[in-house]
Amino acid sequence: MIPVVLPHYLVVSAALFSLGLAGVIIRRNALVIFMSLELMLNAANLALAAFSRYNGSLHGHVLVFFIITVAAAEVAVGLAIIVALFRRRKSVNVDELTSMRL
Amino acid sequence: MHDQLFWFFSIAMLLSGLLVILSRNPVNSAMFLVVAMCFMAGLFVLLEAHFLAIIQILVYAGAVMVLFLFVIMFLDLKAERRRRFRILTFGGGIIVAAAFMVKVHDVVEDMPLVAAKGVAGTTEAVGRLLFTRYLLPFEVASLLLLVAVVGVVLLSKRDLK
Amino acid sequence: MDPILIHLIKIVGVVGVLLFICAYIVLAERRICAFIQDRLGPNRVGIPLWIRKDGSAIQIGARWALGQPIIDALKAIFKEDFVPGHVNKFYFWLGPMLVMAPALMVWAAIPFGSTLCGVPMIIADVNVGILLVFALASLGVYGIVLGGWASNSKYPFLGGIRGSAQLISYELCLGLSVIPLFMQVGSLRLTEVVRWQTEHLWLVCYPWNWLPAIIYVASSFAETNRAPFDLPEAEQELAGGYNTEYSSMKFAMFFLAEYANMITASALMVVLFLGGWHLPFVPVSGGIAVGVAHICIFLAKVCALALVFIWVRWTVPRVRYDQLMGLGWKVFLPLALAGVLITGLAIVAGWSPS
Repeated sequence: MIPVVLPHYLVVSAALFSLGLAGVIIRRNALVIFMSLELMLNAANLALAAFSRYNGSLHGHVLVFFIITVAAAEVAVGLAIIVALFRRRKSVNVDELTSMRL
Repeated sequence: MHDQLFWFFSIAMLLSGLLVILSRNPVNSAMFLVVAMCFMAGLFVLLEAHFLAIIQILVYAGAVMVLFLFVIMFLDLKAERRRRFRILTFGGGIIVAAAFMVKVHDVVEDMPLVAAKGVAGTTEAVGRLLFTRYLLPFEVASLLLLVAVVGVVLLSKRDLK
Repeated sequence: MDPILIHLIKIVGVVGVLLFICAYIVLAERRICAFIQDRLGPNRVGIPLWIRKDGSAIQIGARWALGQPIIDALKAIFKEDFVPGHVNKFYFWLGPMLVMAPALMVWAAIPFGSTLCGVPMIIADVNVGILLVFALASLGVYGIVLGGWASNSKYPFLGGIRGSAQLISYELCLGLSVIPLFMQVGSLRLTEVVRWQTEHLWLVCYPWNWLPAIIYVASSFAETNRAPFDLPEAEQELAGGYNTEYSSMKFAMFFLAEYANMITASALMVVLFLGGWHLPFVPVSGGIAVGVAHICIFLAKVCALALVFIWVRWTVPRVRYDQLMGLGWKVFLPLALAGVLITGLAIVAGWSPS
């Protein structure tokens, strides 16, 4: 078996990103869409950490740190929006939230 | 050892990632996402990113996902009805994901295979970088968190004035 | 000796001693609460040595009910394991496990002694030390939340919701309250923290560490769901909270996990503020006798702190839920941040030795 190097990590990261992307497109539940977004962010994190490791610098790690910070803020705000939405509409299904559609 | 662990962690992570998007019960999705995060932390350890691995568990698994679970339970979401299988959305999702994978494969194919360089992402090394070169982004990130806190408090008030 | 074998011995030893202490801390709690409430408490079952023909037993320590933990464990195991029909089976099973596992896993990174025969008395001396402890401990909340949710009835559900909000909030205070210590020590390794304290004074001796110490203790009461912050399982309000629907061994797991968490919190407190295995006038390094003495000192300190937990639980009345959250976010969080600032000033002023 060939030893694991950078491309392996990138492929895994890409696969995880695709899973997240597919989840965003396929699922209709706003919360699960949100979780798929987290999967995509994680995929980016993995790619950054792998690049860092194979380029011999720590700048990728710092970037991952910022991504995690931003993701935490994003989740807090996003979940608050979903809760507010649920109070109005009694649903978190994105197909039923069409009042902005012409 | 490194290679076997890599395969184990990545396959387990991708499987739980798949189950996140396929579970009909949102609680299952959230728990599989937690499992995926934990395996991701394992991959970070393999990449010598110890600090990131811990942050991954501490922030994602320990706080963010608990928040998800909290909201799922708070809203009392039941498992979705077995939906009519919409071939268009499903096919669309798979096609987009597959196209992305093909593009990544093109990029990866002619990538030079270099060996890992020995830098360890210890807390001290990452912290040193954070507080020198990336001090301004760091401060901006803290401001962002403050804004998020204020925003969430405002959003969750029952009557917006 | 084979390093893997040494690790296995250490792991089995730590888990064994931890569960043993848990069992007897439960007994201590019952005796102490009885003492505080002017009752007798358990005083019948000793450790049986010999059973006579007529069925009576010769036992030791019956006066202090030294056999009570054994009887309690047998009772928990042999009671009917009743699973209500309306629960979500899988998560109902998973809940108690997820509470118990992190409580034991955390001990991987806690130094419980100096060295014994040249072997460091810590299972994994990782460079992220305290962060690992907090990361693993933060996973314990899932057991409570899932257990409460899977029970699928009103009071456990409320207990689970309360638990998730409370544990997340106080994790923040807990994390912030220990930052000043690591600013002084300059390393996240818990072995380094203890070494620093053997060379200087214990960290609790410095006045600027008193505020973090108080916040740490109060937050760990909340993190371990103990009175005065035991809102997720408040008997009078929630009929037992998240563990209402549980019986026999599954309930015992929740119960034991609470005590394991309590011991873990005490152990961390000992390592961070009270010098770990260090005691003045006991040599810092030496042969087997010194190594064993260090472990005993550490365990004695941990048990003493655990008794403080018990003492507080039976003395202080429970707070209201909004008071609890207000205390966490509006008092402890700003104070913990102030503690970081004060310690920073003390270091800049050169008062802190390093």
